[in-house]
Amino acid sequence: GDHCVGIRGTDIVVLGVEKKSVAKLQEERTVRKICALDDHVCMAFAGLTADARIVINRARVECQSHRLTVEDPVTVEYITRHIATLKQRYTQSNGRRPFGISALIVGFDYDGTPRLYQTDPSGTYHAWKANAIGRSAKTVREFLEKNYTDEAIATDNEAIKLAIKALLEVVQSGGKNIDLAVIRRNQPLKVTSPKSLVV
Amino acid sequence: MFKLSDKILLLCVGEAGDTVQFAEYIQKNIQLYKMRNGYELSPKAAANFTRKNLADYLRSRTPYHVNLLLAGFDETDGPGLYYMDHLSALAKAPFAAHGYGAYLTLSILDRYYRPDLTRDEAVDLLKKCIEELNKRFILNLPSFSVRLIDKEGIHDLEKLMPVGAK
Repeated sequence: GDHCVGIRGTDIVVLGVEKKSVAKLQEERTVRKICALDDHVCMAFAGLTADARIVINRARVECQSHRLTVEDPVTVEYITRHIATLKQRYTQSNGRRPFGISALIVGFDYDGTPRLYQTDPSGTYHAWKANAIGRSAKTVREFLEKNYTDEAIATDNEAIKLAIKALLEVVQSGGKNIDLAVIRRNQPLKVTSPKSLVV
Repeated sequence: MFKLSDKILLLCVGEAGDTVQFAEYIQKNIQLYKMRNGYELSPKAAANFTRKNLADYLRSRTPYHVNLLLAGFDETDGPGLYYMDHLSALAKAPFAAHGYGAYLTLSILDRYYRPDLTRDEAVDLLKKCIEELNKRFILNLPSFSVRLIDKEGIHDLEKLMPVGAK
């Protein structure tokens, strides 16, 4: 599976990914699809994991480079633009192929505004209130379009529940195969399984 | 003093400009390691990383003329202090000092340091050093900021401001 959902709440941003079911002999935690880019920004991706590693590494370096030159943490839009520009360069260069990933980038800007952005291999990016990427993204997005209301994201827990419900539309095996990442304002990223977060 | 991570401090003195540039560069690289690997560098690793960088720049057209003290707390090894000079010599030491003040403070530390000092005794020893400087050093140094690292992390202690000698 390759499903990934992102929700922008009022004081929280949530990323949910479907954990690929591992073979019997495979160790579990070697494939992580949600990655922190900085203390206040993280991203999840759908597509070629190997390509994602390159993009994520470049984004991480840029986050620190930005802090070094500008003495401020990146805004979510800035790092999304950086990733998107990188992706676009690879659609128009000699002898290179585009990065085979779509990404959902979430975080809080230093003025406290929550953000959710999506990028695709072409190098375009857009801001969203809630979105899904991956195989059955359309199904999940339709669910979100019906169920994303101001009440649905009123509290942190409600936003998390919405993310889980959206993923459960397409994830076969249920709650065990879902990884959640949560960023609350001024708090570092928390990656956990659904059980421990929702009351 | 630059906070490299939750439990590592870097004190960087020397050429104006070089200090901040070098220390911030190391600081951001330590953070990058944290992002890439999911855990922070140990103080020993951070010290050696810093030394390598300083050494590489030493034989370039743009050497950094800085003297460093790196202090950190490791979960397994406990607290550690690393002395590094502008020629990129690195030494783990129980106590250390840079600059002209070192001529005075090192003898105080030599005389009164014990490996089993408690936290308060260690702060008192630091005060002793500053009192000695206040008494014998040619320059008037009115104020010292003090930081302490333990297993909980970095703590800001009260500023030390020795009163004028009689």
